[in-house]
Amino acid sequence: MNSPLWIVAAKEVLENIRDRRTVLTALLFGPLFGPVLFAGMLGFSVDRALDDDTSVLTLHAAGAGQAPNLSAFLTAQGIEIQPLETDLAGARAAVANGERERILFIPGGYAEAVRSGRIARVQLVADSSDQTGNRDTDRVRRALTAYGNRTGLLRLQARGVDPAILQPLAVDEIDISTPAGRSVLLLGMVSYFLLFAVLMGGFYLAIDTTAGERERHSLEPLLGLPVPRWQIVGGKILATWLFMMLSLIIALAAFAVSLQLVPFEELGMRSNFGFGVAVSIFLALTPFAVFAAGLLTLVASFTRSYREAQSYLTVVLLVPTVPIIFANFSGVRPDLLTMAVPSLSQHLLITQLLKAEPLSALQATISGVVTTGLGLVLIWLVARLYRRESILG
Amino acid sequence: MIEAHGLFKHFGSVRAVDGVSLRAADGCITGLLGPNGAGKSTTLRLLSSMLQPDQGSAVIDGIDLATDPMTARRTLGVLPHDAGLYPHLSGRENIAYFGKLCGLSRERVQARVAELIDDFALGEFADRPAKGYSQGQRTRIALARAIVHRPRNLLLDEPTAGLDVMATRGLREQVRQLRDTGRCVLLSSHVMQEVTNLCDHIVIIAQGRVVAAGSPDQIRSQAGQEDLEEAFVSIIGSTEGLE
Repeated sequence: MNSPLWIVAAKEVLENIRDRRTVLTALLFGPLFGPVLFAGMLGFSVDRALDDDTSVLTLHAAGAGQAPNLSAFLTAQGIEIQPLETDLAGARAAVANGERERILFIPGGYAEAVRSGRIARVQLVADSSDQTGNRDTDRVRRALTAYGNRTGLLRLQARGVDPAILQPLAVDEIDISTPAGRSVLLLGMVSYFLLFAVLMGGFYLAIDTTAGERERHSLEPLLGLPVPRWQIVGGKILATWLFMMLSLIIALAAFAVSLQLVPFEELGMRSNFGFGVAVSIFLALTPFAVFAAGLLTLVASFTRSYREAQSYLTVVLLVPTVPIIFANFSGVRPDLLTMAVPSLSQHLLITQLLKAEPLSALQATISGVVTTGLGLVLIWLVARLYRRESILG
Repeated sequence: MIEAHGLFKHFGSVRAVDGVSLRAADGCITGLLGPNGAGKSTTLRLLSSMLQPDQGSAVIDGIDLATDPMTARRTLGVLPHDAGLYPHLSGRENIAYFGKLCGLSRERVQARVAELIDDFALGEFADRPAKGYSQGQRTRIALARAIVHRPRNLLLDEPTAGLDVMATRGLREQVRQLRDTGRCVLLSSHVMQEVTNLCDHIVIIAQGRVVAAGSPDQIRSQAGQEDLEEAFVSIIGSTEGLE
């Protein structure tokens, strides 16, 4: 603990804990951004999806008195009929000016047409440019179609015809996804937010310990001390790595809480985010933090000022997301090659953990070893950079 | 003792240091005087091993910087131009940080920092965060920090630049104290009056070369001028870049 490497790391940690901006970014915004956004967004959309099937929808209908069977069917589907006195033009106007969301217009000859077995026309007046209303309109349309189909079948049976004659082909879909597997469609973003938390945890430290130190003119006195430069560089990167790991722990804890708020069971899904999975994700991302600390520090070391470093590193933050986006579009599966790519391999491992799929020990090892190795190469490059005279700027 | 033997350092076509030899003795304040851009900072950086010379050698207490920089640095205290502190650490913590890095134990660091704060009368502000310091307070802490490991040799690059009158007086007093404990002090300046006031030995540098060296008396007789400032002017050829 008395080696210069530890002394430098301890000082950088102490100094950055006293810096409000670093603490807010590294330990609050970075790790909590994902979980909070996630719980909010997911909770909202799941609530709505659940709403659609269970809640009672009110439908204004003109001429409903002629169609008691239709009304009863719709009520059984959770669509409550509100009788309305209007003509078709009035119905159009009421929907156009936003007074009603949609109106079912049942014209005069309806009852007679049904009784004589002719096509009975009804009008559903709605505004398809109203995105939020479309879902409810679809629900009404589905219910009306279902009523029509049922009435048709009853008519065929009444005439002694097998209704199966109208259904020459039946398609049975067999879905092999598990409940946890289905939730990955929703949980897919978790790995991205965790990688983001790691990067944000070290963002300001990587700048402060390099470009910041040079800008404050404290770098030259530091480098003039009788201390090997690799130890100074190592201490700085160690401090950055520690903040990244701290940010990751906070993000994992926050996800554990925020995913509780999402009603996975009601969706036929399962959140596989227990303590064991959190520990496994932590272990999978530890090598990524080594890589990220090396990468951010290397880029920041090339810049001449704090501001310049900030703008470059903001771009660098996006780099690890590129393989993930690529993977999502091209449907990459875990194999030995993809496990050699930092960020992509961690994304795939985390996805497998969340899906409760068995991990390949070989793949996990390759991910850890290659990512750590590349991280050490980056750190070695930083140490080389700090041996050059031009580092003083 | 600090010695430079025929130092050359060129940056592209700029001959920043073009054959500088000098010697700064123990118990003596040696002033490196020259106009802006004369090569003072580059010379000091070559002597502090921040830069490698293209030619020539720098020797600290008989140790060649090129062969054993770590040992040489242990005997060197360096105050670069406009040295900065860590803003979120107090002055005391700033000094202690360098003490620990130089290998002092925790107890010895504390005792040494307390001693420096006492000797240089820094107690008034030493426990406040450094981000609120004036330029003078910052420089005085930075100088204390540079000598936390009791180096026998000191390199100070324009130590009084940007300081007001009182801060300058305080800093000069600090430098004299160091000289009186037998240390070798080499400081650079472009202020004639400062060198005249403070230094026992003067090295005048212009365009990367030493143009005169000696005690103030020797400089005066060498230039044939009674007034030291007139002597500087006649040696350098103009007052451009000097104060």
